[in-house]
Amino acid sequence: MTRTADRRAPALQLVLTAFLVLWLVVAAFPFLWTAWGSLKVEGDFFSKADWVNALTGPLTQVETGGSFTGAGYHGAWVQEDFWRAALNSGIVVVCVVCISLTFGTLGGYALSRSTYRYAFWLLLMALVFRAMPPITLVSGYLLPFYQWNLWGHLPTAIIVLVAINQPFTLWMLTAFFRNIPRDLDESARVDGCTPFQAFRHVIIPVMWPGVITTGLFSFLLAYNDFAVTAMLLSKENQTMIPKIASFLGTTQTKGNVMFAVSSVVSVTAPLFLLVIFFQRQIVSGLTAGAVKG
Amino acid sequence: MKHISRRATLASFLCSVALAGAAAPALADCGIASGRVSIVGNEFPAIKSVAAKAAECAIASVQIKANLTADHQKINLPGMQGNPAEYTTAIVATSSIVALLNGDVVRPLDDLVAQHGADIPARQLITIDGRIMAVAFMANSQHLVYRQDVLAQVGVEPPKTYEEMIEAAEKIRAAGIMQNPVGGAYAAGWNLAQEFVNMYLGQGGEFFEPGTARVAINNERGIAALETMKALSAYMNPDFLTHDSNATSAEWEAGNVALMNMWGSRTGRLMDAEGSTPEVYENTRVGAPMTVGGGSIPATTLWWDGWTVAKNISDEDALATFLAMKHGTSPALLNDKTMGEAVWMIDGYVPAEVNEGVLQTMAMGARPYPMLPYMGLLHTALGDNIADFLTGKEDAATTLADIEAAYTAAAREQGFLN
Amino acid sequence: MKHRTFLWFFLPTATAMFLFIALPVASVLVQSFYAPHEQVIREVENCTVFGCTKSTTIDQEATRALREAEPLGRFIGFGIYADRNHLAFAEVARAWRASSGWADFRGRLLNLPFYGALAFTLSYTAVVTPFSILLGFVVALAVNAIPRLMRGPMIFVSLLPMIVTPLVGALILFWMIDARGILGAALQGLAGDPGLSVKASTPLMWAALMVYGIWSTTPFAFVVYYAGLQTVPQDTLESAMIDGASRWQRIRYVLLPHLLPLTTFMALIKIMDNFRVFEPIVSFNAGAHAQSLSYFIYSDLGGETRLLTSAAATSVLTIAGVIVLLSPVLLRTWRTFGKASA
Repeated sequence: MTRTADRRAPALQLVLTAFLVLWLVVAAFPFLWTAWGSLKVEGDFFSKADWVNALTGPLTQVETGGSFTGAGYHGAWVQEDFWRAALNSGIVVVCVVCISLTFGTLGGYALSRSTYRYAFWLLLMALVFRAMPPITLVSGYLLPFYQWNLWGHLPTAIIVLVAINQPFTLWMLTAFFRNIPRDLDESARVDGCTPFQAFRHVIIPVMWPGVITTGLFSFLLAYNDFAVTAMLLSKENQTMIPKIASFLGTTQTKGNVMFAVSSVVSVTAPLFLLVIFFQRQIVSGLTAGAVKG
Repeated sequence: MKHISRRATLASFLCSVALAGAAAPALADCGIASGRVSIVGNEFPAIKSVAAKAAECAIASVQIKANLTADHQKINLPGMQGNPAEYTTAIVATSSIVALLNGDVVRPLDDLVAQHGADIPARQLITIDGRIMAVAFMANSQHLVYRQDVLAQVGVEPPKTYEEMIEAAEKIRAAGIMQNPVGGAYAAGWNLAQEFVNMYLGQGGEFFEPGTARVAINNERGIAALETMKALSAYMNPDFLTHDSNATSAEWEAGNVALMNMWGSRTGRLMDAEGSTPEVYENTRVGAPMTVGGGSIPATTLWWDGWTVAKNISDEDALATFLAMKHGTSPALLNDKTMGEAVWMIDGYVPAEVNEGVLQTMAMGARPYPMLPYMGLLHTALGDNIADFLTGKEDAATTLADIEAAYTAAAREQGFLN
Repeated sequence: MKHRTFLWFFLPTATAMFLFIALPVASVLVQSFYAPHEQVIREVENCTVFGCTKSTTIDQEATRALREAEPLGRFIGFGIYADRNHLAFAEVARAWRASSGWADFRGRLLNLPFYGALAFTLSYTAVVTPFSILLGFVVALAVNAIPRLMRGPMIFVSLLPMIVTPLVGALILFWMIDARGILGAALQGLAGDPGLSVKASTPLMWAALMVYGIWSTTPFAFVVYYAGLQTVPQDTLESAMIDGASRWQRIRYVLLPHLLPLTTFMALIKIMDNFRVFEPIVSFNAGAHAQSLSYFIYSDLGGETRLLTSAAATSVLTIAGVIVLLSPVLLRTWRTFGKASA
């Protein structure tokens, strides 16, 4: 497919490329720094003497005898069973994304196709709900959850994350569905489809860019959540972020910060594959179908 | 110390317990017939060891689980308010027991101690209004940490008062050894408030009018405490208001600091060979806490960690919990690995050099952190307001008035004041 | 769409939101009008390993009767909203009477915790929201222009600020802006002032928090715009080119209108999120220089004694603040709603 509309003047192309490179550095530098530093000891990576130590690693040399050490990785994955937390996170994230998107696409589609005012008010209410700070919500859950024996289980955390994320998912998907021409599903209805069939056969095939993007945010929300998972999950069901937090130590005791750093670095690799995989979905889904249809 | 003799008599007993433990680590006979034990507490090595020891009591009819997390204070109260309570025991400290007492969720242990706890030394029992509410197992406090070599270079003794500390700091700076020789966990919030609590107690101050919840810090002792803190901060890294105890320890290990008031529980890590150069860790020494303003009690607070038993559980579960936690904090807990994890109050504990500071704090008669129902509210108000004085936005009197006003509003809300 | 059909499509999400958000929001609202009962305090003697001290405790027997009579607590209406730690009506009035001029009044007002926090929260929202959206838009345009093969890795890299958990990300950046960190040292070099420290100065700390805010939320705007750009109808763009529209005209008349609903949506979400800022303040230990409404909630709920009513009142005030801030956007959505769906 040639994209004539995207062909640009060389000068502009240069400016854009320069900008992109700059952004690349700004976005990636802290992570690359972290990845490099995760192979050093804490005294070097968090050196209070000179930042150059994080690059050269004099203490790493003294303490481990080499320029690099895998002690952080070994400590987190072998000694502290970080894989268990990673597994729990995997379960939580997959469930949250699937349930969020199922609920969200149904609700978002309905909202985008409704001509009644109540649809607006429902969206508005969802937005107001979202304004409630999550810490307040979570501290409100504690007492009833303990009382009804719901506290500590993965399904509880999953459904809470889904609910907290619903307003966002609804708004985003409603916005995307509005961009899908209404004639598409209406013509399907004329052809004798039920509303659900129209949704299933006409909307679902063309909704992927919006859904993948929304899914990405559901994913990141569940993956990075601390407020909900730290307070609602018991030790054996702990997910990654609370586990990482527990490496950081408390006021009166020192933690293993390097365990936290290496955990963060090591869980980024699978995410890379995930993004590479789904970016094709974002592009190939396109509205090509919509335009031709 | 009176428990030294007791320690000697316990030696033979200890050996037998250790052997029994080594033979069958998971099948310790704690004398529990049946019941449920569920522990909630903070997450650090000493508490992990206690929970692991208590878990040895698990048999087919006794279920034991532990939930140790830094967020324990947020979940222990809701988790004990239900009936039956999710947690049958909470491991708490001097300050955090107050929330459980206020919420009326822990039971007096007098009967259990009388029937099943004759072997718990009396000093471990925490009594409130004559009733045993908790069993302490470890102690902690902040005290002086200093660099022997740096002090020797400028020819001063380890400071005994904060005034001497400031003098020593001036000499170190004047000698060009370090620009900011004083360290301290002065991060706005809990840490900073804790430093004020230390300093104000050292000045001989009382936080409240006796027997009431009316705050009484807006006086010359309060001003003196703030002024001392400001004088100290002049010798600290300019970022001191963002330095919590992690950052302060990092400054120490980098060799940027020669004098600081630090938690006894962290000194072990400062004196080991990790994260630092030999010049620093070999010269790191701990000392007694300092006094201030000519006072006789040191400007620091004593802390204990201990366990409680929930109120809203069956007597069977309470007994199981009591016996399991008693086992978890019994002399059998102590071995080569656990010995250095804390300043244990358990019989058989042999203090190491790094623990000298905490023991001296106790010997000097430092005051325990106030166990008052409304102290937490004042601590929060202190932490939110003192920074305004140290950054020079306000004078001391205005800051103290702000603290009083913030506390009073909170105490009114909680029903402590009308 | 018919009501019945709508109901079936909407039911799952409505149930989840009702149970886990609407009910808690309602209970928080109720909670904010009730405070704990007056506590009967008794003087007692406490004994620990450190000796015996005179202390006080709550007389549980005396307080129990009160609790059972009114399980919600005592009704105080808007008492907590009006107290010194929240809207502080009495203190504001006093400051107004006592102040010698506008500057003096402003100083006194900002010394009250709620208004001081509001000042930071609003500045943060006003700076971070537009900058992160704008930056995200430009990055999306740029990424959309590069060859396809490069886009995957580029998207991933652009997402990194969002992927690395703030817990550790902020910790590392906090260290980097330290006077001896790589960014802090670079700043000192640029400013030519070896004593410069970001963490010691309130304005620089505000700037650091805002830069972190922009850095960590730009990926969100980027991804939304990037997905939006994929749905731009190519034939419209091409016919615009055939009609001789310049690049800027195409952006102005084709791209921007197409991306407008997404921009509205993003502005709503970002204003809301930025108004609730608190994670960077905690991770940067910046409480001495900047506080926010959510930071107060965090400290009310995280202290030794939890101030539930205060946290509830601050939460309700946060919601109210969000509604006020969003009302222009919402009004616009309200007006276009009928049109868009007609």
